[in-house]
Amino acid sequence: MLFTSVDDVSARLAATGYLASPAVATTVFLADRLGKPLLVEGPAGVGKTELAKAVAEVAGARLVRLQCYEGVDEARALYEWNHAKQLLRISAGRDESWDEARTDIFSEEFLLPRPLLTAIRGDDPKVLLIDETDKADVEVEGLLLEVLSDFQVTVPELGTITASRRPFVVLTSNASRELSEALRRRCLFLHIGFPDEQLERRIVRLKVPGLDAALAESVVRVVGALRAMDLRKVPSVAETIDWARTLLALGADTLDESVVRDTLGVLLKHQDDVLKAEAKLDLDAL
Amino acid sequence: MSVPERLTSLVGALRSHGIRIGTGETVDAAQAVQALGLADRELLREGLAATLLHGTSQRPVFDPVFDLYFPRGVGAPDGEPADRDDLRDRLAAALAANDEAMMARLAVEAVDGFGGYGSSPASDGWSSHQTLDRLRPQTLLARIRDTIRAQGGSSGFTDRLLEDEIRRRIEAFRALVAAEARRRVAERRGTDEIARRAVAPTPDRVDFLFAGKAQLAELRRTVQPLARKLATRLAARRRRATRGSIDLRRTVRGSLSTGGVPMRPVLRRRRPARPELVLLCDVSGSVSGFSDFTMLLVQALHDQFSKVRVFAFVNRIDEVTGLLVHGTADPEGLGARIRAEATLTGWHGSSDYGVALGEFAERYGEAIGPRSTVFVLGDARTNMSDPNLAAVRQITERARRVYWLNPEGRSQWGTGDSAAPAYAELVEMHECRTARQLSALVGRLLPI
Repeated sequence: MLFTSVDDVSARLAATGYLASPAVATTVFLADRLGKPLLVEGPAGVGKTELAKAVAEVAGARLVRLQCYEGVDEARALYEWNHAKQLLRISAGRDESWDEARTDIFSEEFLLPRPLLTAIRGDDPKVLLIDETDKADVEVEGLLLEVLSDFQVTVPELGTITASRRPFVVLTSNASRELSEALRRRCLFLHIGFPDEQLERRIVRLKVPGLDAALAESVVRVVGALRAMDLRKVPSVAETIDWARTLLALGADTLDESVVRDTLGVLLKHQDDVLKAEAKLDLDAL
Repeated sequence: MSVPERLTSLVGALRSHGIRIGTGETVDAAQAVQALGLADRELLREGLAATLLHGTSQRPVFDPVFDLYFPRGVGAPDGEPADRDDLRDRLAAALAANDEAMMARLAVEAVDGFGGYGSSPASDGWSSHQTLDRLRPQTLLARIRDTIRAQGGSSGFTDRLLEDEIRRRIEAFRALVAAEARRRVAERRGTDEIARRAVAPTPDRVDFLFAGKAQLAELRRTVQPLARKLATRLAARRRRATRGSIDLRRTVRGSLSTGGVPMRPVLRRRRPARPELVLLCDVSGSVSGFSDFTMLLVQALHDQFSKVRVFAFVNRIDEVTGLLVHGTADPEGLGARIRAEATLTGWHGSSDYGVALGEFAERYGEAIGPRSTVFVLGDARTNMSDPNLAAVRQITERARRVYWLNPEGRSQWGTGDSAAPAYAELVEMHECRTARQLSALVGRLLPI
């Protein structure tokens, strides 16, 4: 058990610089209590990956990261035999019998552990982050099922390796593909949306300490208004922080039309969106 | 009701809304209740959501159902029924201060004071509509704005955002009133029944033909994410369909880790054929919600095809591909613009499939070639005129595949003036009543 209560989760995550909403804190607490993996979904830039890093820091655990991409396979996710070294070993021991060589070349020394196996072996606490799970192919999900439900990996030549200490597992997804129902059922589901106004204000104050309090409030209100518009890509928390930093660097102490118009590109990434936002915010009223 | 009973009833109600929850998840939820305790309702809500739900789209169904099984309170509030003016004063103050706890308390009082109707036990109930109609929170806008300005709570640039912010708060209050009215009705009629009947389904399960304006707007917002999902699904299908010759370079590169022995042959990727797509959409009033949505979806998928051509008809047909390309910035106005700028009607305003399809075969016949897949969208209700099967036959002969997506339920086909069975004999016709059905069909039928 890493945490004693939901408040404990919030307080300790906050100490590492991650301000968690009640939903996030509750789910992290339950994931720890029930010993289940945590599946985190949400728009880009709301701190899904950051959450795993913060939990690792709180728990004093090593962060093992598996970055998924199209075509990631068993050899890159689980383990691989070091063929080159095995060949060297065979050619070095010319005189020995096949049986001796065989038992030797399929031993731990020639095993290259990849993230999933690394997370399961050893006694030190670990946080396993499986990032952008939706980018991986469906076959990899099948691989994850065994690891995530029983925390064990089967290597045919060595036998089954079971975790002596279960890692805290976080899977993230941008929902570009529907993950399989089997995988979802093994996880606790957490949707991280955009934070409410108050929380976002605290995040901005924490990440950009030099910013004036009144300006921080205005920044968050403008971002909130942009999110209510029907845009192609609404600004995320990461963009809010970038914008706050930009304003600080420009030395702006209040918002006005020209400042907002000049820096809108930090928040919005499509020209259509910029035009729409300018019209709705009356920026061309000058 | 005991807690386990409450929990299983909640799960039962969620299942009846199409959310698949297994016994294992119910057990997890019970463990979550044990770990979190019952002291904090919001923590409990998040805990149950984390253990029971599997996707973001299920949350709008979960929240009202949770409010019914784990209500904020029981029965009527204490104290005298509130006076209307007094309630409006306090509501204005709460909205100005954005005090959510106070707003929730006022919603309880408002429903108690103004929501009740009927007197006999069989016909009485609580109505959020009646409450809001009497209370009229939207008329408080100017007053709240002036209060906030007077307090100096808003000045400079952000002043222009104020009205929209207050409108959002009033919207939140309306939702609170609706939830409270549901709770009061549930106490009278039984929670299970209300949880199954009075909670709106997720937008992707709403029938196209009966969707309201707000639901259609909701659906339009799902077009981009849905298109992205379908694009990944199409890419996966393309990958699986790869059967080709050996790619020597990549096979040799892959064999390095096995000491130069090519254990795993790598096949050469087939050049994707990028098929052509032709859409024929009935945009007459009855099915326009369905056609608009499908057109937007196909437009969002346009980079998957070498060519997409879209034709709209009521009783005459016209090409609207150009309108659609420029329509990405303003999806709401798409339907109106198509009807304004394209020639879709002749002598009368009701739809006529026979004439429109005949005109298509005659004027735009060259749009269809051996590589094109044709989708016809419409309910096949020809207003008693000739269905013109010869034109359909001509189209099927020229195209690679022809599909017909019908937004009416299968049981309605052939009733009244529907020519669906006649068309279904010539082309493959699919029932497509909801966005969920549409995305399943599009993922399966689209050519790769």
